[in-house]
Amino acid sequence: MDSLHKRIVALADLHGRNRESLLPILQGVVEYDNYLSQKSMVEISKELDLPASEVYGTATFYSFLEHRKMGKFIIRICKTISCSMKGKNQILLAIKEMLKIEIGQTTQDGRFSLVETNCLGWCHKAPAMVINHEVFTDLTPEKVREILGEYMKKEI
Amino acid sequence: MIEQHLLLKRVDFIFVQDTDWEKILQKSIHKPKQELINELISSELKGRGGAGFPTGLKWKLTSEAAGDEKYVICNADEGEPGTFKDREILTRVPYKVLTAMAVCGYIVGAKNGIIYLRGEYKFLEKPLKDAINEFSYFCNKINLDFTIRIFMGSGAYICGEETALFESLEGKRGEPRNKPPYPSISGFRKKPTVINNVETLAHTYTIFKYGAKKFYDLGVQYSRGSKLFSISGDTPKPGIYELELGMSLQDFVDEFGDGDTKAVQVGGASGFLVPRKKFHETAIGYQGKLVGISLPTGGSMMLFNSCRSMYNLLDNYLEFFREESCGQCTPCRIGCQQLLAGIKAVKKGERPAPYLDKLLKLSETMQYTAKCGLGQSVANSFASIVENFREEMIY
Repeated sequence: MDSLHKRIVALADLHGRNRESLLPILQGVVEYDNYLSQKSMVEISKELDLPASEVYGTATFYSFLEHRKMGKFIIRICKTISCSMKGKNQILLAIKEMLKIEIGQTTQDGRFSLVETNCLGWCHKAPAMVINHEVFTDLTPEKVREILGEYMKKEI
Repeated sequence: MIEQHLLLKRVDFIFVQDTDWEKILQKSIHKPKQELINELISSELKGRGGAGFPTGLKWKLTSEAAGDEKYVICNADEGEPGTFKDREILTRVPYKVLTAMAVCGYIVGAKNGIIYLRGEYKFLEKPLKDAINEFSYFCNKINLDFTIRIFMGSGAYICGEETALFESLEGKRGEPRNKPPYPSISGFRKKPTVINNVETLAHTYTIFKYGAKKFYDLGVQYSRGSKLFSISGDTPKPGIYELELGMSLQDFVDEFGDGDTKAVQVGGASGFLVPRKKFHETAIGYQGKLVGISLPTGGSMMLFNSCRSMYNLLDNYLEFFREESCGQCTPCRIGCQQLLAGIKAVKKGERPAPYLDKLLKLSETMQYTAKCGLGQSVANSFASIVENFREEMIY
């Protein structure tokens, strides 16, 4: 709680305390926690002197501002047409089998969350996914297993 | 007038590396503003995001708008399915876009520029910041009072709509505003604002560098100049290509198809699906006096071969729209849900085939009544797919 409060104060110092600062502050919290807890949204509303409902309403509008608890690494796999027709489902299957989770779920160790997302802008190198901000394209089931293998070794 | 198309021609302006941006910036800001505006107007450059508003006119209107506080915004919220050209521009030639923004600032009287970068392109933030720092250093050196900052989006297709983008910049939900007032009068912070697509800005750089004529000489009638095309789907050579506007879709398919092209989606999910039988009569550009159909596009060209189900295509688009609709106006919020539920029901046999006609009427209603381009354009792909591939929707 204390550390969350401190971080939000620091973000408000950096971005300002007006309405225009809201998105950068929300993004700053997500960058650190991977999601926006109710606590964090209430804290932000106090810091910016906004109704908590406004903060919640804004945060939940944007798909990258998750408001459910997420794992350290959020795998977003593109489901829009080009990726979908270039074998997105096989990629998804490989990930599900490897991590033993379904779409929208997080692994028990809190390392990975799996979600689908709309067009990532890599249609010419489909299928594509991002893990946090890192982009992976021209995926195959073998390639995706290799990538996840690397992420499993990372410290969290 | 007889049918007339240009042959497909590759052009290379946008991605040509040059080291002239300092010179072009310095030269431009010492020219009379009216001269620069006239240059842009005579080039007949139109907005390359897809809507095709004349760029010169946009800058002129903002320059004439009252007020000291104005803004120049670069729309890099590239979210249309099948579009990925803006990312390449910002990766490979960011200085062209920054220069164009500064020249625009000089013309309209703005001291601040903002690049609204989509959250999916977060990895671009750092290199773009570096480019901006270098650029600002030069602006300081020549005493040009113009600063550019990046604002990160957070994953919302609708924020590519200009007024939704302003709302997002102001820290709110990205819900489009009523128009008018238009951005040239009341945009970001309710101040006069120029908002252009990344590619449009890059083209103005070409025009400032070579003059309007070189640009105008390319293309046909109302579609002048070149355009970047993002090509994906069933093609042996997916990627980004700069092509002269006005080519026929048949020529395009001959060049980029895999020999079995069944249909091409021109302009992304919000654009039109053109079936094989209409390739000959379709040109790529803004509607003019030419015989046949001209389709404008933000540059998304997706090819589908005969293995692809057009039902799956429409289902995918509608799911996209249902999720990306901001939910503010009823026609779009409910319409997208109902269109998707409707085609699923017809496919499963829960509804009779003539139900598709009711859905077509619904999409037409959305076209007339939705508040912004998202809801209005769902009918484009919906009608062009259902009308041309009706049997695939049913069986």
